[in-house]
Amino acid sequence: MAQPLVKKDDDRDEEVEYSPFFGIEKGAVLQEARVFNDPQLDARRCSQVITKLLYLLNQGETFTKVEATEVFFAVTKLFQSKDIGLRRMVYLMIKELSPSADEVIIVTSSLMKDMNSRTDMYRANAIRVLCRITDGTLLTQIERYLKQAIVDKNPVVASAALVSGIHLLQTNPEIVKRWSNEVQEAVQSRAALVQFHALALLHQIRQNDRLAVSKLVTSLTKGSVRSPLAQCLLIRYTCQVIRESGVNLQTGDRPFYDYLEGCLRHKAEMVIFEAAKAITELSNVTTRELTPAITVMQLFLSSSKPVLRFAAIRTLNKVAMTHPMAVTNCNIDMESLISDQNRSIATLAITTLLKTGNESSVDRLMKQITNFMSDIADEFKIVVVEAIRSLCLKFPLKYRSLMNFLSNILREEGGFEYKKAIVDSIVILIRDIPDAKESGLLHLCEFIEDCEFTYLSTQILHFLGNEGPKTSDPSKYIRYIYNRVILENATVRASAVSTLAKFGALVESLKPRIFILLRRCLFDTDDEVRDRATLYLNTLEDDSVTESGKDVKEFLFGSLDVPLTNMETSLKNYIQNPSEEPFDINSVPKEVKSQYHAEKKAPGKKPSGLGAPPGAPPPVADSYERLISSIPEFASFGKLFKSSVPVELTEAETEYAVNVVKHIFDSHVLFQYNCTNTIPEQLLENVSVIVDASEAEEFSEVGTKSLKSLPYDTPGQTFVAFEKPEGVPAVGKFSNMLRFTVKEVDTATGEAEDDGVEDEYQLEDFEVVAADYMVKVGVSNFKNAWESLDPETERVDEYGLGPRESLAEAVNAVINLLGMQPCEGTEIVASNSRSHSCLLSGVYIGNVKVLARLSFGIDGTREVAMKLAVRSEDVTVSDAIHEIVASG
Amino acid sequence: MATFLSREACPTLKNILLLDSEGKRVAVKYYSDDWPTNSAKLAFEKSIFTKTQKTNARTEAEITMVENNIVVYKFVQDLHFFVTGGDDENEIILATVLQGFFDAVTLLLRNNVDLREALENLDLILLCLDEIVDGGIVLETDGSIIAGKVATHSMDDGAPLSEQTISQALATAREHLTRSLLR
Repeated sequence: MAQPLVKKDDDRDEEVEYSPFFGIEKGAVLQEARVFNDPQLDARRCSQVITKLLYLLNQGETFTKVEATEVFFAVTKLFQSKDIGLRRMVYLMIKELSPSADEVIIVTSSLMKDMNSRTDMYRANAIRVLCRITDGTLLTQIERYLKQAIVDKNPVVASAALVSGIHLLQTNPEIVKRWSNEVQEAVQSRAALVQFHALALLHQIRQNDRLAVSKLVTSLTKGSVRSPLAQCLLIRYTCQVIRESGVNLQTGDRPFYDYLEGCLRHKAEMVIFEAAKAITELSNVTTRELTPAITVMQLFLSSSKPVLRFAAIRTLNKVAMTHPMAVTNCNIDMESLISDQNRSIATLAITTLLKTGNESSVDRLMKQITNFMSDIADEFKIVVVEAIRSLCLKFPLKYRSLMNFLSNILREEGGFEYKKAIVDSIVILIRDIPDAKESGLLHLCEFIEDCEFTYLSTQILHFLGNEGPKTSDPSKYIRYIYNRVILENATVRASAVSTLAKFGALVESLKPRIFILLRRCLFDTDDEVRDRATLYLNTLEDDSVTESGKDVKEFLFGSLDVPLTNMETSLKNYIQNPSEEPFDINSVPKEVKSQYHAEKKAPGKKPSGLGAPPGAPPPVADSYERLISSIPEFASFGKLFKSSVPVELTEAETEYAVNVVKHIFDSHVLFQYNCTNTIPEQLLENVSVIVDASEAEEFSEVGTKSLKSLPYDTPGQTFVAFEKPEGVPAVGKFSNMLRFTVKEVDTATGEAEDDGVEDEYQLEDFEVVAADYMVKVGVSNFKNAWESLDPETERVDEYGLGPRESLAEAVNAVINLLGMQPCEGTEIVASNSRSHSCLLSGVYIGNVKVLARLSFGIDGTREVAMKLAVRSEDVTVSDAIHEIVASG
Repeated sequence: MATFLSREACPTLKNILLLDSEGKRVAVKYYSDDWPTNSAKLAFEKSIFTKTQKTNARTEAEITMVENNIVVYKFVQDLHFFVTGGDDENEIILATVLQGFFDAVTLLLRNNVDLREALENLDLILLCLDEIVDGGIVLETDGSIIAGKVATHSMDDGAPLSEQTISQALATAREHLTRSLLR
């Protein structure tokens, strides 16, 4: 079929862009397909038509059901032809058409004949086609031939059968699993690719049988696997076995590590790379294990092939996240990659360097990056900006040069995503590095002077409104903000008005001037701008008369602390049941379980950017405090000391989902039970929790607040309050029973029946522990803080923690027991280290500052010993901390 | 779970693309469901093409990331070859497949690798794609073997047979014989 499909037109000048498919049309080609029905088949012409059909399909053309069926039946006629080339095209066509079950039957016999043909190409291809289109019932008929094919002398046939087996395993596992003897035999094949396919299939058949996989790996890693692809597979399987078996505890050796290291000397690059990558991905990999892999990557870095350089730098980039020191040897090679033609490689090199670099190399690196930034695409720039942000957080002292860099690139051309990444980074830096605040805000101000993105302008204005008034000289920002009112579109003008109002509310000295500016906005052309100006003017002026300054600030700065979805449901309910009373925002349930949890559990989710309110955690505590103080029964408890994270009291997916938040006060504890009813057919009323505190002797119940009604899927809270000795960290265990009245609800009308049944639901127990009396409060400089506390208050003792799984596990256990904030990243234990020190800080009940220094050691029998030194503002608290550890 | 493990364990390709110098399809083959519709496929081809257009991938295969996929590519004349794999795939395996595809096409088009020749021999290109990868799993990576499989019946003397086994060679001979008898 090497001949041209269509005779080249003789008139050469027709078109320069000549294409045999020029002006091709589906209808015409379908007409042409009639040649398939000719009694005298012209093989070449038929091939051409099939090629045209395939071309159409390839271009994205689709055939209707009728057209496809017609073409399919016509194509089946071509099995009469003995022309090999045509037959191959027929196979392709059948695969492309993916016929329906009843159509498959038509070709089955022809394909089965080909499967047993003496022509190898027929056999191999017929197997692949048949397996592609077949269903389970047919498979049993051809199973025998497939088993034969797997051990066929011809490697192409064997591979075809094996690969088909891999696909069929997804749909008909029980049949394919019966072939394992044949597949096993094929693994020993001398043909490289047969070995590869056989190994892949054998592993998939056995993947759920750990022992079998382990045996397979053990026998093959000793023998010689010839094909590089099969070798790569074997490396992957080996890693799986390593993951599941863990490190040998006695010798510290890792099983099969020698095999992986041996593969680093393989002659095929793909095997070398696969092994090196595998080593870097081992869990708790040691520096000694890493070194040979890193050395190999370093060689790849200077390869002439871009693919090798890319593969190596990408892997090193990942290693740098966990083991930056291991990669520093490659720094020189990576620096030369900054000028690499391939910008993906250059970007990866830069970001890796940013991770491995130390404080002294930052300036030099920034110089190199500045030259580099001008000639890469936005998406690479974003990656670089993010790397610089994390670098700046790592070396806060370098903020000046990094902030300058960010502000410089902010002034250059760039798309929205890129600018947003820069602005987000500046905002995060301002938030985390107090020194950077003033300069950062000014950079942002300059940026909005000439910013084409409304979204970014409004976000920055909002941020300015929150941060600007707290700076040393708030007045200098006013000019930038008021310029927005004069120059920008309505959306930006409106946010500028809000920002002005915030300055007015917070900075007394600016108030008269802000009034003048706001009054000018009263003549704006846009409704929203005028409305906002009027609203703010009124609230701010009222403030001076009634002196309810707190309310105004609340109104201006209080973020909406109820989840929007709850707000929406509550408002809908309010509209449906009209009443005389005004809508009370405090009646909106404040818990959205899933979202709330996600927020709590993902503190690492840093890129809060502009959208999130500054400093996410405090508003949560605030909202609890506000919630509790709004309940008269509990308002007298005083200041809320700490609220715990919610503890689940029910399994997931049960009828009623309940969790509890422990609020600690000076002489009270308050349990807030967040309940959700997950049954649409039920309405719960008078929901309360009966608490049995017999195992918590120091507590006595003082009050409960039940929940009037708990409709389907709307979270609600019920409270139980206990009194305890003042300032004493009393502990105890509480068992709980949910009591309520159930009413059936007609889901169609949403109306509940009148009479209900009393019912109870057993909840799980929970405990109040010592850690509940400790608030996690970090200190920026532990050493200074430690020395500022009176050495007299220091209490030191040593403890044996018994045998532990690992040092990290022991450290975590103690941190959790004490409920204190780890400082300076000391909660992370270097893998395989034998000793570790950890610094903790916190505030104990009674607002007593506590610092703790912990030194851990682990011996050969995995016994962990700990030395604990505590200093606090009160000696008794130091003793109390020791008591917690001693009794924990 | 089973599918996840198999994806992790066995090297898989997401697509092989052959585009022209304007980014239009010559022949494409998708093996993954990442791009369910034709328009999604076209959008991917467009983004991959515009991203690589200005790079020089004429001597060595180049590599980049597109939409969290690794793409290796090579250009000859007005033809652009692409192979795409998942983001944790071994880059060098992808490059090997690309090289196999490229070598096979070079052999089949008798070194005249350009758009016109490719379109005129589109059947060979399609068969070639079919012989390289089956449903995402690599079938063969050696260009001369792939070309040999595609051109078994129209084998000319230039095509290397070195990698073929004796039985393959015999089969080829037999096929030649039958063909000449049938004519």
